[in-house]
Amino acid sequence: MNENICAISTALGVGAISIVRSSGPDVIKIVKKIFQGEDLESVNTHTLNYGFIVDKDEKIDEVLVSVMRAPNTFTREDVVEINCHGGITTTNRVLELLLMNGCRLAEPGEFSKKAFLNGRIDLIEAEGINDLILSESEEARKYAINRVEGNLSKLIIDQRDILLGLSAELEVNFDFPEEMDNPEVTHNNLHSELTKIKDNLNDLLKHSKEGQIIKNGIDVAIVGKPNVGKSSILNHLLDQNKAIVTDIAGTTRDIVEGSITLNGIKINLIDTAGIRDTEDIVEKIGVDKSKEILSQADLAIYVLNNNEDIDDDESAFLKSLNTVQKIVFINKDDLDSKIDTKKLETSNIVYGNTITHNGLNSLKEKIIEMFNLNEIKSKNYNFLSNAREIALVRTALESIENALKSVEDEMPLEMISVDIKKAYDDLGEIIGATYKDELLDELFSKFCLGK
Amino acid sequence: MKYDIIVVGGGHAGCEAAAAASKQGFKTALITSNKKNIADMPCNPSIGGTAKGIVVREIDALGGLMGIIADKSHLQIKMLNSGKGPAVKSLRAQGDKITYPQNMVAALESIETLDILEEMVEDLIVEDATIKGVICDSGKTYLCDALILTTGTYLKSKILVGSTHKEEGPHGETSSKHLSDKLKELGFEIQRLKTGTPQRIDPTTVDYSKLTEELGDAHPWTFSFDIEPQYDVTKQRKCYLVYTNELTHQIIRDNLTKSAMYGGYAEGIGPRYCPSIEDKVVRFADKERHQLFLEPESDFYPDLYLQGFSTSMPIDVQEKMVHSLVGLENAKILKYAYAIEYDAINPLQLTPSLETKVIKNLFTAGQINGTSGYEEAAGQGLIAGINAGLKLKGKEPLILKRNESYIGVLIDDLVTKGTKEPYRLLTSRAEYRLILRHDNADLRLRRYGYDCGVVSEEQYLHLLNKEQKIEELTRELKDITINNSNVSQNILSSLEIANLSSGISAYNLLKRPQIKMDNLTEYLSNEYSREVLEVVEISIKYEGYIAKTIREVEKMLKLESKKIPKDIDYDKILNLASEARQKLKTVRPETVAQATRISGVNPTDISILTVYLKKEYSKDSNNE
Repeated sequence: MNENICAISTALGVGAISIVRSSGPDVIKIVKKIFQGEDLESVNTHTLNYGFIVDKDEKIDEVLVSVMRAPNTFTREDVVEINCHGGITTTNRVLELLLMNGCRLAEPGEFSKKAFLNGRIDLIEAEGINDLILSESEEARKYAINRVEGNLSKLIIDQRDILLGLSAELEVNFDFPEEMDNPEVTHNNLHSELTKIKDNLNDLLKHSKEGQIIKNGIDVAIVGKPNVGKSSILNHLLDQNKAIVTDIAGTTRDIVEGSITLNGIKINLIDTAGIRDTEDIVEKIGVDKSKEILSQADLAIYVLNNNEDIDDDESAFLKSLNTVQKIVFINKDDLDSKIDTKKLETSNIVYGNTITHNGLNSLKEKIIEMFNLNEIKSKNYNFLSNAREIALVRTALESIENALKSVEDEMPLEMISVDIKKAYDDLGEIIGATYKDELLDELFSKFCLGK
Repeated sequence: MKYDIIVVGGGHAGCEAAAAASKQGFKTALITSNKKNIADMPCNPSIGGTAKGIVVREIDALGGLMGIIADKSHLQIKMLNSGKGPAVKSLRAQGDKITYPQNMVAALESIETLDILEEMVEDLIVEDATIKGVICDSGKTYLCDALILTTGTYLKSKILVGSTHKEEGPHGETSSKHLSDKLKELGFEIQRLKTGTPQRIDPTTVDYSKLTEELGDAHPWTFSFDIEPQYDVTKQRKCYLVYTNELTHQIIRDNLTKSAMYGGYAEGIGPRYCPSIEDKVVRFADKERHQLFLEPESDFYPDLYLQGFSTSMPIDVQEKMVHSLVGLENAKILKYAYAIEYDAINPLQLTPSLETKVIKNLFTAGQINGTSGYEEAAGQGLIAGINAGLKLKGKEPLILKRNESYIGVLIDDLVTKGTKEPYRLLTSRAEYRLILRHDNADLRLRRYGYDCGVVSEEQYLHLLNKEQKIEELTRELKDITINNSNVSQNILSSLEIANLSSGISAYNLLKRPQIKMDNLTEYLSNEYSREVLEVVEISIKYEGYIAKTIREVEKMLKLESKKIPKDIDYDKILNLASEARQKLKTVRPETVAQATRISGVNPTDISILTVYLKKEYSKDSNNE
């Protein structure tokens, strides 16, 4: 309970300002260490203070820092919020500075949880717990709505309007069948309207993948047999780009060797253990761990030597990588090739040389190309910003697909209306229009967008 | 004179209430101002229709009378929406306005514990906020332990035709002038509602050659689960389609200020789904025509009912309007259309058992609760009758849930959302309608009726038998394997791709959109009734959709199981939005699920309420 926690509490990529919030007994002292401006420990409570976030002598961002002392704060602890202006990368750096100076990254919903738990203690003294929950849920609700404000919520509302229109036409036909002047709903008409919605939702999901990338970066695992040049690639990428974070326990995965930015997008480089089939128990654990990491990575870079053909182990392993996007980096491009590229199961092949540093820029460009990073930068950030929203759009999409299937099977209109209503409700939940029992649980976990 | 239960009003709600109360063994009186008007159909001659037809089935399942009486007394019957899906299907009958009341009275008179009294009730006897009896304008007093008010449109009713009005009920009956004041005095909120009825036309003056005929179904139907069709399908009466035209609309527009509604002579709020013709013309100005029906009212008198043409225009304008219709150029109007205004209570003052929150042991049902329609009235009457009985027995009330019946949807809507206009059921009001079907009403409800003593032993056995047959048929379909060697020609011709080499069970085959139960009956070794075949076909064919609905139901039931204590003080819950607090205080929902359905109570308020309940609950358990 006494830990200092921090997180980025605004949606990444949405607003011009992002807020890094921290809460705990020492947060004022911690922020003071990285703040150039008033002495935060002596300012009044609930004040906004102008200054700079600095890393030693380097000015990271021009900020406004609000200092709120316990107990009249959201969490009932000291709370400091840093309003950053410098975009995603800068905000990430501010967060990382806090982490390096004694804060721990908040778990999803942890601010809310603190508020809740601290509130319970208050309860005994007389104040209602619901007091807290009110401010909290009300805020969470607005938050949820605000977060999807603008284009996104308009998009969702538009789809819902179409669905509502379809429902209304169907219902009129069901409830007033004898009034034959009403427009008859046909399977054809339903099919074209539903297909439009399906396409729109699919687009939205596609963009959301990009949203996730903006928010969390791309996890890139570098794999290959020992001594094929993995480390050289890793070090070279890191060196050139001055890693912005290294080995902060608890903030990222232990095996993250470091991160670089490509076109403003964070690339998390992950090293993995060997990939051989082995009887050695310790080594086997390492291999299993690698496989797990690989299954969660966005991209695998598989490193090979040009002068060695692929053995059966590797071949099998490359096959198993089919679920992940991958690039094969063929090192030692100066040597004669013994590789049968057909066995690589991909056309994303980059030749290079870790000694001459040849091909490393091509590797970066390949990543930019594969993840469309040039385009992401210039796009309106019209995406769903968390897993819950994405899941709801997926569910809605599934209902739309079911409805389409029913239309194709010429099922009775009534059956089609079931899926249309379901999709309407699912989309409604994203913009807070439908009540579900799980809301309270969800409210706690969605409140913080830190990770 | 003392009764266990008294029912005031002999309309459709009153009849069901009286029958349900007396069948439970209670000494019951039905008090009506005129015995001739028992089970009267003062407006539309139809019984059933979308959603309403299913209500009639539910009434029958629960041991009510409407279904059986309608089956004995109709002129035409058909199944609506038969092609649009199993749950939106429902029966609509053209009732005979003479034989329906006659058959109902006969049924009521056969109940030994029921007395029918002819009196005008003008006052209530209330002690300690508990009902004790009624006082009639004859000066007589009748005492009771529970009272059910089913006064329909008779509270301060006012008939409006153009700028003229008369303070009377339908058919020129005396209206009850003091009862609604008494209710107000006791603490009820009274609202003014309005409904209307169209002209009756002399059938010998209609040019049928210009009209389109509407026939009954060739297939015989019954509302009741327990009786066989008792009519000759070839001898059904016809209805006719009539259309308004530009001339009709012009006459209406020219005379709009003469109508009681538009001239400002009426104050009540009318229903949106059943607007007067002047409303239709004004609100849907771009529509070139409106559809009307000409329907027989009875075999025993000539009048044809001009459905869809209800109006409060003065009679000279009505003449012009009717004569502008193609086919009715020379029609003689036997009765003019009129609007009727009446007092109703605010249904938010009712509990889901239909007992009022204001006076103990006082129940209300039907139009007095703000509904419209014979079926809605009958459904409530039945529940009020059952619950008055259960109350006197000291048992928990029968509260049908939204996933169990249309009657449950109706009552929940009324007591949770209230109503500003006469409330009519629609299939779209039922979010779980896929399981609230015509075919399964008995499976859903008959046990409840039996447990309350309203469903007879014989009716109950009928249910058990049907359930057994359903089980047998389902098993049979699972056991039958259809493959290339035994596949019938009619299955082959129905299937687009017919590769049955590996064999498929009849059960799974039935899930294919092209295959109907009819294609499979030749494989069955036992005989099954049409009703059994239908219910099994639907539950197999739409299994996936039904499962989806059931998942939604389960979510709702979870909230339904979270009871809100009756003594909850909403003022103690901090931070509720003020609108939500106000609504919660008015409605006093019994469960969290009910609270979620109150308009103006948003998800945040529900979270606050849930947390408050949790807190209070854990406090209580600490104290124990």
